[in-house]
Amino acid sequence: MSVPVAVSFDFLSAWSFWIGVGTLAGIYGIFTLGLQLNVGYTGILNFGQAGFMAIGAYSAVILVVTLGVPFLLALPLSMLITMAVGLLVGLPTLRLNSDYLAIATIDFSEVIRIAVQNSDSLTGGNQGTISLELENNRIFSGTWFTVSDWIAANIFDPVGLTDPDFLNLPLLAVIWLTLILLAFGLSRLVRSPWGRVLRAVREDEDAARALGKNVFSYKLQSLAIAAGLGAIAGWFLTLNLQSVNQTAFEPIFTFFGYVILILGGLASFPGVIVGTILLWIPLEGLRFLDLPLDGGQVAALRFVLVGLVLILLVAFRPQGALGKREEMVLGD
Amino acid sequence: MEAGTVPIGDPQSSAWTRVRSGAAAHAAELFLGVMALVGGFLLIVYGLQPLAQVTINGLVAGSYFALGAIGLTLVYGILRLTNFAHGDLLTLGAYIAYAFSISIGMPLIVAMAISILLVAAFAIATELVMFKPMRKKRAGTLQLILMTIGLAFVIRYMIQLFSGSAQKSLGVNVTDTIEFIGLSIGRTQLIVVIVGLIVLIAVGLMLRYTSLGRQMRALADNFDLAETTGIDTGRIVILTWALSGALAGLAGVLVASSIGSFTPNTGFTLLLSLFAAVTLGGIGNAFGALAGGLVIGITQEWSTLPFDAEWKVAISFVVLIIVLIIRPQGIFGSERTL
Repeated sequence: MSVPVAVSFDFLSAWSFWIGVGTLAGIYGIFTLGLQLNVGYTGILNFGQAGFMAIGAYSAVILVVTLGVPFLLALPLSMLITMAVGLLVGLPTLRLNSDYLAIATIDFSEVIRIAVQNSDSLTGGNQGTISLELENNRIFSGTWFTVSDWIAANIFDPVGLTDPDFLNLPLLAVIWLTLILLAFGLSRLVRSPWGRVLRAVREDEDAARALGKNVFSYKLQSLAIAAGLGAIAGWFLTLNLQSVNQTAFEPIFTFFGYVILILGGLASFPGVIVGTILLWIPLEGLRFLDLPLDGGQVAALRFVLVGLVLILLVAFRPQGALGKREEMVLGD
Repeated sequence: MEAGTVPIGDPQSSAWTRVRSGAAAHAAELFLGVMALVGGFLLIVYGLQPLAQVTINGLVAGSYFALGAIGLTLVYGILRLTNFAHGDLLTLGAYIAYAFSISIGMPLIVAMAISILLVAAFAIATELVMFKPMRKKRAGTLQLILMTIGLAFVIRYMIQLFSGSAQKSLGVNVTDTIEFIGLSIGRTQLIVVIVGLIVLIAVGLMLRYTSLGRQMRALADNFDLAETTGIDTGRIVILTWALSGALAGLAGVLVASSIGSFTPNTGFTLLLSLFAAVTLGGIGNAFGALAGGLVIGITQEWSTLPFDAEWKVAISFVVLIIVLIIRPQGIFGSERTL
């Protein structure tokens, strides 16, 4: 081949590949809804979202696999655990100013990740949760497979989407349904009187306090809800990967969340959905561009582009796709 | 914002407030006292030899943490910019030294000097191309942080794109040791500690006694007030970036030398420890960052006596979070920096 750059059109037919991309986009969308509530509506720079996702994922797995709690009971329980951790993290850190808060929360998520990595008997350590499943002879996704088979048999098979390529279509569908419902619910929530107080906290803490609002309590609630959303993302991540280990919760994934946030626009939940699509489809689509580079270099190039896009967006279109410029007040 | 006075509706008890204000008055002494107690405890349980060994390791790590942290804290203090790309400046320093010493074959000391200059120049370029225009636009905290995260991605993955993600080494002998009153110290480690401490003392003296240093600290303390006294703020801002970049370049070479190997991720892994050092010392306080770097280094290495070494970074973060709970502005920070 003498042409250095060529586009292959295989990507149009690679169904299972794009289902995988959509699944990832959906999971990070749910993850970023929490960031949107914190950053876009409350003015809290939460950089620990990956830590909350880790706690949601691991507590759900441990409840089901190690302790034998039924799957459908383990999900709400793990969400409550994660929200409780959100409160615990918020109590000391939400009094800090924004830069200290960013650093304290990113440190929290690293403490969680390092703890997960080094507590082999509890979490499977670097081997991942699969080693827990082997040890206890119980799998996390058992109930999900039943649900997935039912969805496939009753919804997708009748319309002809039966190819093995569509094996993961039910997961994609459930994740996106969850994402859309949550985005809708949260949009309603921030328009409620409760949500108006959040925005008041974002705009001017002292003014909100002067009106008799307990600013600290509202911030705590916002962080706990974000933690809960992180937990949901954590379950889906685990269902998608089948076995998670600490590498799935590195701080870089929180940064990805911020890229989604700024792509879609601050203070807009539909913006998160737009943002996650705008991030993941070009990012993964780059694989189909025939560049004269090896695999590692293509991976590196993708991240260089993410960085450049982030810099240029912040510089020239900080309100993103759907955000409003007047809601961008985050300087303090 | 709320240290000192208790805001309306605050659930804090008055006893807690008293603990806090007591701690505030003598924070540094109290903290050093706690460190001494922990040190004494480790001495009794593990003996002098192991404690001295990990303390030396702590000073090695502490010296490059401190070098990295001073630049980070000055840039924050002067420009209110939390630079998430600072760790990657350390990586850049290591890779530039690698290019000149291993690939081209210059002596390491020359490569180090080139690395210091080039990273300083790079830091100035980021100021001129990115951060100065953003300040003109009155960008907020979040925008600036996101921009530095974008820059961090670009630096780290450009390095990976051109140099690969495999481990590199500066070819320094890290196994040679010197026996000294029964302790074995790595020869390279010893050099790193000596170079690190000399530069730290020089920077400390510069900040304390020279006109330039005083102007930098004045700007970090109160930018607008400093400007009204006739300080050429534009010049000081550029020089601060140069100092920040130069120290980051040096720290990068020292990290690469004392650990023996590095990857494109080395700097980012260190960044959180640098943040810990900065925060512990009080953001914007150069002397605080210096002390904070040494404290974080020693805390991490001391923790390897009672705990597994894999936990050391996590333990230093837990210490930081505990300090922040008691004293939100860090040990050496003033209440105004909040």
